Amino acid sequence: MPDSTTNINSGGVQQNTYDAIVIGSGISGGWAAKELCEHGLKTLVLERGRDVKHIKDYPTANLAPWELKHRGAITRETKQQNPLISKAAGYGEDDQHFFVNDKDHPYIQEKPFDWIRGYQVGGKSLTWGRCTQRWSNFEFTGPQRFGYGWDWPIRYEDVAPWYSHVEKFIGVCGNKDGLEAMPDGEFLPPFELNAVEQHLKESFLKNYGNRYLVHARWAHLTKPEQIHLDQGRAQCQARNLCMRGCPFGGYFSSNSSTLPWAEKTGNLTIRPFSVVHSIIYDEEKQKASGVRVIDTNTKQATEFFSKVIFVNGSALNTNLILLNSTSNRFPDGLGNDSGILGKYICHHNYRGWMNGEIDGFTDTYYYGRNPTDAIIANYRNLHKIDTDFVGGYTTYAGAHRDRNNGENCPHQIGAEYKESMTEPGGWTVYAYLQGETIPKEANHVRLSKDEKDQWGIPLLVTSVGYDDNDEKLLNDFYVQTEEMFTKAGVKNIEHSDSKQAPGLDIHEMGGCRMGADSKTSILDKWNALHACKNVFVTDGACMTSTGNQSPSILYMTLTARACNYAVNELKKGNI
Amino acid sequence: MDRREALSRVALIFGGTIIGAEAFLSGCKTTPAKEGLFSADDIAFLDEVGDTILPTTASSPGAKAAQIGDFMKTIVTDCYTEDDQKTFTDGIGKLNDASKKKFSKGFMDLSAEQKHDLLVDLDGEAKQRAKEIGERQNKLTEEETHQMTLAKNTGTYKRDPQDEPHYFGMIKQLTLWGYFSSKPGATQALRYIAVPGKYEGCIPYKKGDKAWAT
Repeated sequence: MPDSTTNINSGGVQQNTYDAIVIGSGISGGWAAKELCEHGLKTLVLERGRDVKHIKDYPTANLAPWELKHRGAITRETKQQNPLISKAAGYGEDDQHFFVNDKDHPYIQEKPFDWIRGYQVGGKSLTWGRCTQRWSNFEFTGPQRFGYGWDWPIRYEDVAPWYSHVEKFIGVCGNKDGLEAMPDGEFLPPFELNAVEQHLKESFLKNYGNRYLVHARWAHLTKPEQIHLDQGRAQCQARNLCMRGCPFGGYFSSNSSTLPWAEKTGNLTIRPFSVVHSIIYDEEKQKASGVRVIDTNTKQATEFFSKVIFVNGSALNTNLILLNSTSNRFPDGLGNDSGILGKYICHHNYRGWMNGEIDGFTDTYYYGRNPTDAIIANYRNLHKIDTDFVGGYTTYAGAHRDRNNGENCPHQIGAEYKESMTEPGGWTVYAYLQGETIPKEANHVRLSKDEKDQWGIPLLVTSVGYDDNDEKLLNDFYVQTEEMFTKAGVKNIEHSDSKQAPGLDIHEMGGCRMGADSKTSILDKWNALHACKNVFVTDGACMTSTGNQSPSILYMTLTARACNYAVNELKKGNI
Repeated sequence: MDRREALSRVALIFGGTIIGAEAFLSGCKTTPAKEGLFSADDIAFLDEVGDTILPTTASSPGAKAAQIGDFMKTIVTDCYTEDDQKTFTDGIGKLNDASKKKFSKGFMDLSAEQKHDLLVDLDGEAKQRAKEIGERQNKLTEEETHQMTLAKNTGTYKRDPQDEPHYFGMIKQLTLWGYFSSKPGATQALRYIAVPGKYEGCIPYKKGDKAWAT
């Protein structure tokens, strides 16, 4: 039961009542806001962090390298105060304002887990990796076919039209490659491969027949269409400074796209500094009636009410909110009849890294800064298990040509040395891993029984680890990639295991999974709680398995699909 | 992860002994940054050392024009660990001592040619030291290496005295980083376009074309 005394603002219940409440303004919350507002619902978006307005609140967006005091490096003081969050990929002097400070947001790591958070309007959509491939049926059916997980209640065909819906709006570049393992979408023109990447593509195909390196599928406007111009966004300028926020709107974020779009309908209210304590369950009506919010500055509690609630707080915070939403009907957390809420947390294996050098191609170069990576579609365990592990992996790969290191000069001091470093050197080739992990009951999050944050909300305990399957998959990535690189003429190949804790991938998923059977899942095939049909979860918490593709666009897709369903159910009077 | 991160990781792997990188990626110990690690004379001295490493050439100004001494001060003061700060600041005196030993006068009083010759010697020493440290660290097990990285990340790393890097390796590393990311370095020695406008994957390259700064 909630333990804080609740006060309703002076305006009373009516003033605090909306048609819909969306918890969270990140990549999926932004989509819920857009869809619900477009359908005419008065929608309240609750965001625990500060407001971030597109362009206006991107203070570093246009700084040249020399305009950053430490040229992008993190100072000792920042590092010392934020040993955890400063590990995040891309965290630097220029974008650290889009990440939380460690001390403000404690949690308890039962096993090492790096929980990377960005508490502001737009959430992590400002700093996301922007990679947007579609899932295939191999991923939707893999866990059930090979017995390493639970079956999804949906298939690719259920989401394909909604992928299209999302892709057309956010803008996804890519090439139609006709791959079964990575279905084509509604693509804007791709970022070109450079000469070495083209060579790798041809070599992999010649040597293996079924290993495809394809153009990046990334949420960038390579050639904006009217719908993107209508959002006030412009063509990606190939600056590759995305994580600072893009003043051109060249990549998709909630801030540049869905939230301002929702705002234009006149139906949107965004309330920053509003952390959700819990969802209120009406025992009589047998559905949720609203949410209990704490103002992060004044610490005053307020209740807001609505007919439908979308929970998009980011995977682990969504679990936290549901676990903390207790009632007589749901003593163990909202919708948690099956007892699995918070369990089967999984993530992506991002530990593997390889690089090498390749001779030749020195008569070619590139123009502009490519903000994407080419993708080697998963080629493992598709139709059958052909390895000693289960699940698959996506490989990102590419090549670049950096400033010469001057090592060939007689002395590495002086004019000749300097001049030699002003020209490009040879080509470097790299690859990194995004591997499926297997949902396990032991990998879980739960609420601390005795420790609370400054808003009186129980701290989250994380207990998530790797397993033997992860090690085997990682090893296979090394072996296969090294072989593919070697056959392509790459030399001096090195590999490294970051040994990073789960979480640093920033692809944490699950805990509130979808499923056809309410005894073994929390959400139905429309992302509604089996046991509380007017509450929808469409962020990473809903994932039944992790697949090997980047998940964000699937969250957006499931959100749009669920919103459409929720609106129809509301119209029918079913919820 | 995005390409920017990917590039920084490549730099790390290929340049395992890069000192500045280690400091700014791994953070530091609990001692607050001291005020005034460097005097105005020190900055002038470092400007001169930097400008000897990367002198003015036909196409571009040298490191002094990029205020390289000031840059070194900023990074050493704000980003270096206390151990590395001491190595660096002691290094200024050591470099001058090496000058007196070789040419019987301080570094600032040397001719351009003498400065160059001295730094070639010190560069050799620094490379030798980096090689020795690298060889020792290569003998660590993967787990020991991982633990060392973790300790560096959390500021609990205590450097073994025999792993003390050569001060000149630090100076040179900061000179290269600072110069090529400075305005003159990026825009004159290299090519920098703030807003490329588009990406082209494959354009012809002819010998003499400058490398992109970023």
